[in-house]
Amino acid sequence: MLLTVDDVHASYGRFDVLRGITLGVAAGEIVAVLGPNGAGKSTLLKTIAGFLAPRRGTIRLGGEQVGGLRPRALLDKGVTYVMQRSSIFGKLTILENLELGAYIRPWTSEVKQDIERVLLLFPRLAERRHQRAEGLSGGERRMLEIGRALLLNPKLLLLDEPTMGLAPLVMDLIFEKVLELRAAGTTVLMVEQNARLALEVSDRAYVLEQGQTRIEGRGQELLASDAVRRAYLGGAR
Amino acid sequence: MTAEIVLQSVVSGLMFGGVIGLVAVGVSLIWGIMDLINFAYGEYLMWAMYLTFFLWATLGLEPILSAPINAVVLFVAGVVTYRFVIRAVLRGPIFAQMLSTFGLLVLLRYVAWLLFRPDDRQAQSVLATSVLTVGGLRVSGGELVAFAGSLLATSVLFAFLKCTKTGKALRALAQDREAAVALGIDADRLYALAWGLSTAAAGVAGGLVSSFMYVNPLVGDVFLLPAFAAVALGGFGNVYGAVGGGLVIGVVNVTGGTLTVPKVKLALVYLVFLGVLFLRPKGLWGR
Repeated sequence: MLLTVDDVHASYGRFDVLRGITLGVAAGEIVAVLGPNGAGKSTLLKTIAGFLAPRRGTIRLGGEQVGGLRPRALLDKGVTYVMQRSSIFGKLTILENLELGAYIRPWTSEVKQDIERVLLLFPRLAERRHQRAEGLSGGERRMLEIGRALLLNPKLLLLDEPTMGLAPLVMDLIFEKVLELRAAGTTVLMVEQNARLALEVSDRAYVLEQGQTRIEGRGQELLASDAVRRAYLGGAR
Repeated sequence: MTAEIVLQSVVSGLMFGGVIGLVAVGVSLIWGIMDLINFAYGEYLMWAMYLTFFLWATLGLEPILSAPINAVVLFVAGVVTYRFVIRAVLRGPIFAQMLSTFGLLVLLRYVAWLLFRPDDRQAQSVLATSVLTVGGLRVSGGELVAFAGSLLATSVLFAFLKCTKTGKALRALAQDREAAVALGIDADRLYALAWGLSTAAAGVAGGLVSSFMYVNPLVGDVFLLPAFAAVALGGFGNVYGAVGGGLVIGVVNVTGGTLTVPKVKLALVYLVFLGVLFLRPKGLWGR
């Protein structure tokens, strides 16, 4: 397993949001985390990314204990995080946003090549690279955020609701990109509201409830499971 | 009153406005990046003027030439202030932050009062008596150098913010701290840098105005109050707008005093300040 999360508890203040999460992600997998609002999905990603320290339990990356490390240390170990809310720098240009994606790397010709590679992946961004990012649409912002995260060549990419608020066609496009990334060797752990789409693209999925792992299974199996369909897919199709 | 006198006052106002612009940029930088108002900013400028005075009094250094020395010394002072004072209150309530810089104002002002007494002092400059006359308009050499030096210092700072990787990271931090940290940007180190750059700007301004202004422990107010008005005009936290705000405030200050009576010129500055807050709270250039 590339990432193992074992019995992790984490809290904001006195209230435990995560109350014993256990999951694993193997290298090369796309793993989805589903569950109702308030189940702790975003908190789980924040904790793995180092924005919140686990109060109990262990988080291992390639066998090494990484729970409680700062975000910068996790970046250095190849974990990058795209948060749920929009996190582009609107007053900076698209190119500047991408350059900051590579902030912790020394500024070399290799970085410039990587930026060009990301722009090839997202042609909509390439056309407007010198414009301020605040002019981008919701889907384009997401692409910029994902593109920015790719500049660190992450081993593990954490995506928090990558399709939230996007039109269905744009959702499909984002998931297409996620599949392309996996094909290029990136491991993805994503939280997703749109359970049906998430299960279609992911290898495996976990369902969280009240801060605990409830169900685990292969994406296609969960898609077919009556329990999951009733709870998260809005009944039979 | 002739048009010539008015025009003359506008020119003098622009000269003063250039310096106010630099001071406003210094205030705005911290405001924009950290959401923090440095009420002690004028005191850093006052201390820089004393540094310039004593460099002249002991070593005979021409006041203008002390500007780069002031920049370095005040940069260090800003970093030290951040490390030992500001960092401690950064996670505290907003009132703790505001009171901490207000406390610095009181401390820096009255330590100067204690050490230097409230006497006016002035370094003698070769520029003091030189006057440039163009088409009937007169500009003193000291004011012209202060204006040019302020624009130069501001341009260097803007180029740094616009073109360097660190400058871009500072702008990113100003817009979204959490997103910047998620990319590995070290907020603590860059906050220290922002403080250093901000107080270095006060250091440069202090050196530039010393050839034609007295220094005493209260001189900071002469700059800080108009600079706040300039920051409001330029849009709070907008460093680029602050320069334009400074030029406008400079002209209001000098030309306003010329057209009415000199005593009311600060009142006019505040009238503009209040007018902006009521009519265009995002500043003249805000959207």
